[in-house]
Amino acid sequence: MKLDKIDLDNLQEEKSSLITGLERRTFLKMGLVISGVFAGGRILAVVSNVSEAFASTTDFVKKYPYKPHYSMVVRQGLCIDCERCMKACKETNEVPDYGYRTRIMKKVVTDAVGRQREFIPILCNHCNEPPCCRGCPTKATYKDKKNGIVMMDSKKCIGCKMCILACPYDARYFNEERHAIDKCNFCYDTRLSKGEKLTACANACPTGARMFGDISDPDNVVFKMVHQIEKQVWVLRPEAGSKPNVFYMKATRSSPWDLRRQADVR
Amino acid sequence: MIRIKEETADRWGYLGKKELLSSKPVLAVMVVMSMVAVAAFTVGLDGTFTGYRHVYAVTRQIPWGLLISGYIFCVVTSTGLCLVSSIGHVFGYEPYMPIAKRAVFLSIAFMLGGFSIIFFDVENPFRMPIYNVLSPNLTSNMWWMGTLYGLYLLALGIEYYFLLEQNHGMSRFSGLLGVLFGVAAHSNLGAVFGMLHGREFWYGPYMPIYFIVSAMMSGGAAIIFFTCIAAMINPDILNRRMERAIKAVCQLTIMLIAIIMFFTVWKIISGLVAPEKYIAIKAFITGPYALTFWIAEIGLGMVLPFILLIRSKGVHYKHMFVASAMMMIGIFFMRYNLVLAGQIVPVYHGLHVEEYSSLLKYFPSFHEIAVVVGGVFLAGILFLVGEKILNGHQFQKHEIVPPGAFICPGCGGIHYRKEGETDEEALQRHHRIRKFKG
Repeated sequence: MKLDKIDLDNLQEEKSSLITGLERRTFLKMGLVISGVFAGGRILAVVSNVSEAFASTTDFVKKYPYKPHYSMVVRQGLCIDCERCMKACKETNEVPDYGYRTRIMKKVVTDAVGRQREFIPILCNHCNEPPCCRGCPTKATYKDKKNGIVMMDSKKCIGCKMCILACPYDARYFNEERHAIDKCNFCYDTRLSKGEKLTACANACPTGARMFGDISDPDNVVFKMVHQIEKQVWVLRPEAGSKPNVFYMKATRSSPWDLRRQADVR
Repeated sequence: MIRIKEETADRWGYLGKKELLSSKPVLAVMVVMSMVAVAAFTVGLDGTFTGYRHVYAVTRQIPWGLLISGYIFCVVTSTGLCLVSSIGHVFGYEPYMPIAKRAVFLSIAFMLGGFSIIFFDVENPFRMPIYNVLSPNLTSNMWWMGTLYGLYLLALGIEYYFLLEQNHGMSRFSGLLGVLFGVAAHSNLGAVFGMLHGREFWYGPYMPIYFIVSAMMSGGAAIIFFTCIAAMINPDILNRRMERAIKAVCQLTIMLIAIIMFFTVWKIISGLVAPEKYIAIKAFITGPYALTFWIAEIGLGMVLPFILLIRSKGVHYKHMFVASAMMMIGIFFMRYNLVLAGQIVPVYHGLHVEEYSSLLKYFPSFHEIAVVVGGVFLAGILFLVGEKILNGHQFQKHEIVPPGAFICPGCGGIHYRKEGETDEEALQRHHRIRKFKG
């Protein structure tokens, strides 16, 4: 192979003015993607890109596989542990006292400056690759083909509790009344299928800590929250590889998407 | 009632129900065990109707407890019995042949014991067969496990029938099927755990391999244990061929314990460098489960039997009996520890939230203990019944003895008698075998 000789003596200077604005922007974007700032997906990840933040494999980079693709964004800093979401969930979905579909966990950081406690709401993450659906022997739990909600077909459930163990998010329990495993289904049967736009918990949340919507719709609040480069977005237990559809981000009252309460129509 | 013709009964070595009543001590043990088992299953049924949440100690965070351990213990023993005995009657290694009939029978017994336990663990047991067929999920290890164990039990049944019929060609073929289904089903049981990517302790290819190897260890122990008990009931079963077989099984078991020791050491070492796994491993090395780990799993399950079996040289039956009995207990705890270890670290432990800052606790309830006792006793009762009515699982074999010498049924070689010596004594001299006095 013959290499072109480089005339080092007469090398011309490449001026920065020769780089176009578009090139600059592409380069900067690359940097943001690599450093995980661009809707990072994983906090502290060295290499992270938007496809991972969408909790999906590369197949889903360009588009979301479901329409609507229901998703929730939990703005951790806004949760005040009032437990109205839990109450609303129990009432709407007839959740028994011994179980829960969603709950709030408390984290205390005693050596933090300023605020020292944080509340983390958890629920079924409606994973794109749900380990529970893979594990279920009878397809009693399945991913809805239209909207991607992980659902239960109670009559098929044999109660082997495989899905409880497979779930990386402790989102399931055995419901004696239904004789089946019970879990959050984004209020599909009780609200969404009846024309409501929000889940019971998102509707009840007074601070807007839980934002619910269709992440495949660029006009939707959930889409707008996840797709901004200024904000770090992450998912719980990314190492489980389940590609969840519940995203977490920090927010304070002065945040740009500071909505005190998510209105029904947005 | 099934009536068996006299000719068939002769071929099968079937002695009839009368034989059951012949020995009072055995009968007494059987009656006591049956009563306990019936009581235990009544307790289990009470659980089924009361609701498992009220009677079992399992929780949302630890949904698999003692019942799953008991089930695994039973099916592990079953698979192990099948695999170890297959060395002889499927793959044709002569010394292992005499154990086949008892091992396959016990294999079925333990499978039934295991199924009876899982029946009480699954919350809707009656939906299980229906939706396993109507709505199969081919990506689910649980589905494959259930299906393959069903096929395995079927193959074992056919295999045992041909063993009774002394049709060795067919029993060999169905035995091979049994081995294939057994390996597939049992490694799949390992994969049920190994493919839970949300549970770091279990996750990985280690689990299916470990399940198969530990099954064989368990099978070896079970063969020695039950043959020793069978010899106490009926000393005749310890003929020369059987003595030879037990020696071979003993040697194999020693090797398998060594392999499991090696597995355990690496499980600990690799676990110490895995961030989440480390917490679970530590709970077993120095934490709240140290006693069941070091004393039961390592001590009773591996180290003590390992020493005893080596010292027994395959001929001291008392040593072997004690060693195998300790192994049965140790292996039970091994399963219990395995099931528990994957669950004691809460899934949100890494979030450092208050709710899940410490390890989860579990201690089996009365109902759970009862059901497991019932399942294990069921297998035990079946063993005793089989031992009595099937003539100690001996073949009605007529071997040709050439003049002045005899073909050793153990090694197949020709042994000559010294002057004034019986066959028995000559054989014991040739093979350095000491009699077991139970």
